[in-house]
Amino acid sequence: MHPFTLDRPRDLAAALALRAQAGRNDAPAEYIAGGTDMVQLLQEYVRQPERLVSLAGLLDNRIEIGPQGLRLGVAATMAEVAADPAVVEQFPLISEALLNSASPQVRNQATMGGNLLQRTRCPYFRDVGYAACNKRAPGSGCAAIGGENRWHAVLGTSDDCIATNPSDLAVALVALDAAVEIRGAGGSRSLPLVDFHRLPAATPHIETVLEPGEVIAAITVPASSAARRSHYLKVRDRASFEFAVVSAAVALEMDGARIRQARIALGGVGTKPWRVPRVEAALAGASLEPQSLRQAAALAAENAHGRGHNDFKIELMQRAIVRAVEIAGARA
Amino acid sequence: MTTALIGQPISRVDGRRKVTGAATYVAEFQAPGLVHGAIVRSTVANGRIASIDSSAAQQAPGVIAVLTHQNAPKLAYRAHKGAPDPGIGERLHVLQADRVSHQGQPVALVIAEGLEQAVHAAMLVRVTYAPEAAITDIARAEPVPLTPPSETRRGDPDGALAAAEVKLGQTYVIPRENHNPIEMHATIASWDGDSLTLWDKTQWVHNVADEIAAVFGIPARNVRVISPFVGGAFGSALRTWPHVTLAALGARVAGRPVKIMLSRREMYYGTGFRPHTVQRVALGASRDGRLGAILHNGDQETSTYEEFTEALLNATGFLHSCPNVNTRHRLAPMNVHTPTYMRGPGEASGIFAIESAMDELAVALNIDPVELRLRNEPEQDEFRQLPFSSRSTRECYQAAAERFGWSRRNSEPRSMRDGRQLIGWGMATATYGAGRAPASAMARLLPDGTAEVASAASDMGPGTWTSMTQVAAETLGLPIERVRFTLGDTRLPRAPVHGGSITMASVGSAVQAACRKAREDALARGGGTNDVTEAMRRIGQPVEASVDSTPGDESQRFSMHAFGAVFVEVAVDPDLGETRVRRIVGAYGAGRIVNPKLARSQCVGGMIGGIGMALMEHSVVDGRNGRVSNANFAEYAVPVHADAPPVMDVIFVEEHDPHVNPLGVKGVGEIAMVGVAPAITNAIFHATGKRIRELPVTPDKLL
Ligand SMILES: Cc1cc2nc3c(=O)[nH]c(=O)nc-3n(C[C@H](O)[C@H](O)[C@H](O)COP(=O)(O)OP(=O)(O)OC[C@H]3O[C@@H](n4cnc5c(N)ncnc54)[C@H](O)[C@@H]3O)c2cc1C
Ligand code: SF4
Repeated sequence: MHPFTLDRPRDLAAALALRAQAGRNDAPAEYIAGGTDMVQLLQEYVRQPERLVSLAGLLDNRIEIGPQGLRLGVAATMAEVAADPAVVEQFPLISEALLNSASPQVRNQATMGGNLLQRTRCPYFRDVGYAACNKRAPGSGCAAIGGENRWHAVLGTSDDCIATNPSDLAVALVALDAAVEIRGAGGSRSLPLVDFHRLPAATPHIETVLEPGEVIAAITVPASSAARRSHYLKVRDRASFEFAVVSAAVALEMDGARIRQARIALGGVGTKPWRVPRVEAALAGASLEPQSLRQAAALAAENAHGRGHNDFKIELMQRAIVRAVEIAGARA
Repeated sequence: MTTALIGQPISRVDGRRKVTGAATYVAEFQAPGLVHGAIVRSTVANGRIASIDSSAAQQAPGVIAVLTHQNAPKLAYRAHKGAPDPGIGERLHVLQADRVSHQGQPVALVIAEGLEQAVHAAMLVRVTYAPEAAITDIARAEPVPLTPPSETRRGDPDGALAAAEVKLGQTYVIPRENHNPIEMHATIASWDGDSLTLWDKTQWVHNVADEIAAVFGIPARNVRVISPFVGGAFGSALRTWPHVTLAALGARVAGRPVKIMLSRREMYYGTGFRPHTVQRVALGASRDGRLGAILHNGDQETSTYEEFTEALLNATGFLHSCPNVNTRHRLAPMNVHTPTYMRGPGEASGIFAIESAMDELAVALNIDPVELRLRNEPEQDEFRQLPFSSRSTRECYQAAAERFGWSRRNSEPRSMRDGRQLIGWGMATATYGAGRAPASAMARLLPDGTAEVASAASDMGPGTWTSMTQVAAETLGLPIERVRFTLGDTRLPRAPVHGGSITMASVGSAVQAACRKAREDALARGGGTNDVTEAMRRIGQPVEASVDSTPGDESQRFSMHAFGAVFVEVAVDPDLGETRVRRIVGAYGAGRIVNPKLARSQCVGGMIGGIGMALMEHSVVDGRNGRVSNANFAEYAVPVHADAPPVMDVIFVEEHDPHVNPLGVKGVGEIAMVGVAPAITNAIFHATGKRIRELPVTPDKLL
């Protein structure tokens, strides 16, 4: 690891004053929570911050459910949230997405905040033996374009970066219209999660809207009946302990045998957790007939752009939507 | 009296030590004054080092030395080739010249007080290269014949193929795979004058000593190698890799013991791999399913400096009966490091092609795949024109088919479903050579009625510790808990390489012979008793026997192989392309089974390895520059628990082989891996009607 100073501030205010910033490789200071991603990045020299600011003990870890919905303190671990009885009952999509992520050991250690801010699995980003990676070293080029890109995104890409956002949790949360509470030295703000991650465009090294010193403090998810009738579908090369090749988070409000409203987000295919409003619109009022599901799912492929090895994802993500809607629709 | 221990399902004698952490693995040894080494590796696949600036590294905290080709001592690199080393070519020399021939080649070594200090200083070494055009993609490489060329021909294969009633020809591709044992390679080197002690992760301590002695130009007796536990290897620890030399070199320069442990990423550059192979198989047959012609060509990647070859096409010559056979093996020299043997080397790859083609032929002929094989069951090894020492393929087909319920199979693809899932059943034949090499062992009976037995063997997981203790205790006539077997130290009698499934046959025979001799000596001197414990009490001092055990001419007189049959059930999601293996039944004719519990574990491990080979394992080489883009445990998928099917049935058919070796054993470590991948892809065809000829079968291939 590159030598760094580890700060363990006494309270959150002291931490925020240190102006650490997640999701940017050029930030001189960065937070560390559970460390499950951060330590890997440090060990592989992908991140070389001068200063690490520990969030341990500074942020809320409570899981609260009320009539308004769910509020997750970001310090809650993946394991705690996945196993919380109220989450399992009222927001099964979140629990399923978490249980399909990583391994029990990682989930015991990893936090909600760290999960939303984990860095891409793009192998070129994570191997400093490659000089070219705009996300790691702005302006250096993109080794994935023209390289091995089976792992990469087909939606929201740019000519500067085609890396996926790897979080399963974020896909489920985006489908459920979750918001994040951001806290900085100057106060708090709340933002829909779907607007939290940025598209790579010409600045893939800036991944979120966080400003220096800001942290995510909480995640809120509005109550809805759709949250119960949901399914998280994850396609991967092996049965467990792997990031998604393609995933689909689906939550449905039904009107008898017809879909009143569908909320759908995709993982493994987008440069950020990817909501598909056009598919949702086409499904409003539709039946669960394969034909109509298939037609609606095809709209997800609009503007999708493969780079060779990942072309198959364009077809696979449509099939994943169909399957996940079928499974969610069949739920009581 | 002898107690029957051979054949008993005895639990691992070292199991408790392993699960409690009491077993010491190489990186855990301590040496006074130990310091750490970190390797700087090339980031180009071909060229010259233009410059190295190590000034920043030199000044970094804790740094003791930075070695590059400019300042490293010149090493003797005397000729030496051990059994796992390629016969042709010269091993990689480290830090001796400015030439770079592959990605990840060591170009500098940093020695520092602390591990993190060494790793950090290694990052500070600035290397620039004068890169040259590199061949890193097998599709662009020019395959050349082996030295000497490896082409076999019997009968008139081309004529027979042309005349065949039914024929097919296809290409089968297996990408590069890495061993990925759980324990990373590590070495600790410590000099005392001109004597060197190495703690090294290895499958062969004596070869490490011989190789390092040759590299440094010192007598092999000056090098002691200790390696009691190996945390998995699958062949990665057969050869003595450059980091072992670097540890010894670093220790010599630093004047302190040096430890080097490879990172997971370095494992993809610093040890070998199963080579990428491209095989072409053409089969000709009569309508009633008799093979008339087999043409099997295989091209395989190797490095620019060594000709690594494995027995890719050997089984083709004897697996099925066929009068007209042609095999041709070629190598594609590329800017990669030298591949090496990986579990089931040669056969695992070659048989994927042959047994896939046989399945395709069965479909073309509309003959049951088992029946097709039975119709082509040879009476002898038709390639070598020798009788088999034993061959139980028929028994294996029958036992496995029965356990599996094969007779209920509807041969029609896509004819079985479970909900949305398509179900498929497939099978394949397996074989692996039953070799034996010279081995030595020592047995020492003690007056207290215990015994010490030793041979410098290795145990990378199959259970050498346990099976040798069993053989020793039964032969000595002692209870198993009174026998202490030791291995993994060059001070012990020499054993052969722990690979190729020869350990039981070789070391086991030596242990048996040494124990027999010790027992006979003790009884002869024990005053008429037939009880070895009583005899030892009377003698009152140790009785020791050492034996060098060598194979006879049996391998000249017989064709000696284990055979097996693997049956698989898969479920394929027709929409999402995910394949999960639901059942595997394997039946093996592997001679005598010394410990059915360990042997079953071996076979289950091989089945899971085969699932990896068939469905997920793939070192994804970036063809632009030869880097392995998924050189980590997240993106290089190996099977996890959830991939292991709930049913893994292992059957050992009764097989008495009086010829193969004194113990009558054939070994199961390698054959366990063979045949699994084609059985899976054949089952996938049965499930889906899609024939996938390029591994691994990831979801994208089935959409
Ligand atoms: C082997 C393995 C497999 C995995 N598989 C999956 C998978 O299948 N699916 C999946 O979704 N994930 C997977 N992960 C990723 C895992 O979910 C993340 O590593 C984890 O959630 C990160 O949480 P952490 O608390 O450890 O974060 P850290 O590693 O401590 O931090 C990660 C990042 O988040 C920032 N950060 C943390 N908390 C905050 C905060 N409150 N505000 C602002 N910034 C913050 C840090 O600065 C850092 O940049 C896997 C990880 C591993 C190691
Ligand atoms: S896809 Fe993005 S993260 Fe990957 S190499 Fe290109 S710029 Fe870097």
